[in-house]
Amino acid sequence: MSDIAQEAEPATPRAAAFGPLFPSGLSWLAGLILPVGIALAWEVAVALKWADGRLLPPPSAIFAALAALTRSGDLALHVTTTLQRVALGFGLGVAAGTFFGALSGYSTPVRRLIDPTLQALRNIPSIAWVPMFILWFGIFETSKVILIAVGVFFPIYLTLSGAILGVDRKLVEVGRIFRFSHRQMILRILLPAALPSYILALRSGLGLGWMFVVAAEFMGAESGLGFLLVDGQQTGRPTVILASIVSFAILGKLTDWLLASATSPLLRWQDSFKPAE
Amino acid sequence: MLDIVNVSKRYPNGHLALSGLNLSVGKGEILAIVGGSGCGKSTLLRLLSGLDGPSSGEVTLSGSAIESPRSEIGLVFQEPRLMPWLSIEDNIAFGILGLPAEVRATRVREALERVGLAAHAGNWPRELSGGQAQRAALARALVARPEALLLDEPFSALDALTRSDLQQHLLDLWVYDQPTMILVTHDIEEALFLADRIVVMQPNPGRIRSEFRPQLARPHDRLDPEFQVWKSSLLAELGHASRRQTGEETFPAAAI
Repeated sequence: MSDIAQEAEPATPRAAAFGPLFPSGLSWLAGLILPVGIALAWEVAVALKWADGRLLPPPSAIFAALAALTRSGDLALHVTTTLQRVALGFGLGVAAGTFFGALSGYSTPVRRLIDPTLQALRNIPSIAWVPMFILWFGIFETSKVILIAVGVFFPIYLTLSGAILGVDRKLVEVGRIFRFSHRQMILRILLPAALPSYILALRSGLGLGWMFVVAAEFMGAESGLGFLLVDGQQTGRPTVILASIVSFAILGKLTDWLLASATSPLLRWQDSFKPAE
Repeated sequence: MLDIVNVSKRYPNGHLALSGLNLSVGKGEILAIVGGSGCGKSTLLRLLSGLDGPSSGEVTLSGSAIESPRSEIGLVFQEPRLMPWLSIEDNIAFGILGLPAEVRATRVREALERVGLAAHAGNWPRELSGGQAQRAALARALVARPEALLLDEPFSALDALTRSDLQQHLLDLWVYDQPTMILVTHDIEEALFLADRIVVMQPNPGRIRSEFRPQLARPHDRLDPEFQVWKSSLLAELGHASRRQTGEETFPAAAI
């Protein structure tokens, strides 16, 4: 082989030289390394009496608490209640955020009218709404669902209106050439073009929904994972508190994965950067 | 068919892009507009398409004023401007969404075959080469069967070989419905190869400097000595227009 031909050969990428960490199809296992590693380290630290397991119980104690809650049927009740609240609040927040975000992004007069107020409201801490919502909607489900919807609303509204304003003018001109109505322009050009940002906003909104449900369930709830947190604190059971936190983490991750999986076919058209394995 | 009567265009920033422009384009005619940067070629095309309105004067299609985009007028942009979230066939159907589904499907199928993209009907735009994407954009404009087709430097971003291929392809497509075509281009050879008539524009403000009607037999042959004579004349004319713009004494013809 000539020197020139040797020079032309591409350098072997590191991934190709050492192989991927996990076999194809099992790459998701990489995401377990950190939590499992921390849990094992904590378990060992408590077993060797390097750390106090009373205030921060080891994973074995948390799983025992989870198993007990499952056997008694309490976990299913709390999870179902919280999931219902998040689902309703998320649905409401998405519907309102999408409607007002699309309107504000598309219409300058509407944006001038509503955006300053919504931007001001966005900066109010969620917990500040709690007393008002209890006064307005009572202590039961309505106030909780609305509080979650408020948390979901703002990222959806803000991202969608910004994404629509950022749509390439050249694509909009194609719609103008074909004499698209306002409705066609929104449905056929603006929303599809804003879809990648919108889907990210949905995921971000869902995350906020899980955060707001905790605040909502602090408002005198009788069931739900947030109630379980308060109950664990009032009865001095850190294993229950941590069991609730672990449940929140698992449910949050699971619902985010479901949302990402359900929406990924909608983004197959994207010509985006794909990092090497 | 298309008439531009005493048209001027001044942008909100005060820039006078076109001044006192008059031009008529007949049915089925292929007109090329050439000129240096900033002479108002693309502005003129935007007025003809109805995307912009004139500051004064009138632009009409068969006697009726063009005040907004119309179904009888198609426009092919410099870039393909395909919707990245739609397949190629859905992109081509984009301009005829108002037609019944069966008619739409037939027209799209025909258009895909005419532009040689039948095998790529289900592909995403990102999967096409630059030339294929521009052919899809041509199909999208032609599928609506416009009476007039406006082309804004449609092949300028392509390599020489693809450009030459698409120029011939455009003429092949023109044969089907023979729409009036107005082509804005920087490329003298492209203008001579495609057009029946060539208008040379000059800037500051944009206006028509001269018109050429090359007496060349169809199909125009780039190697024909007559073609080269017309090319030299056009280059010289563009040189005069450019000197007026820059104030230079000589014009580097080879730079065109």
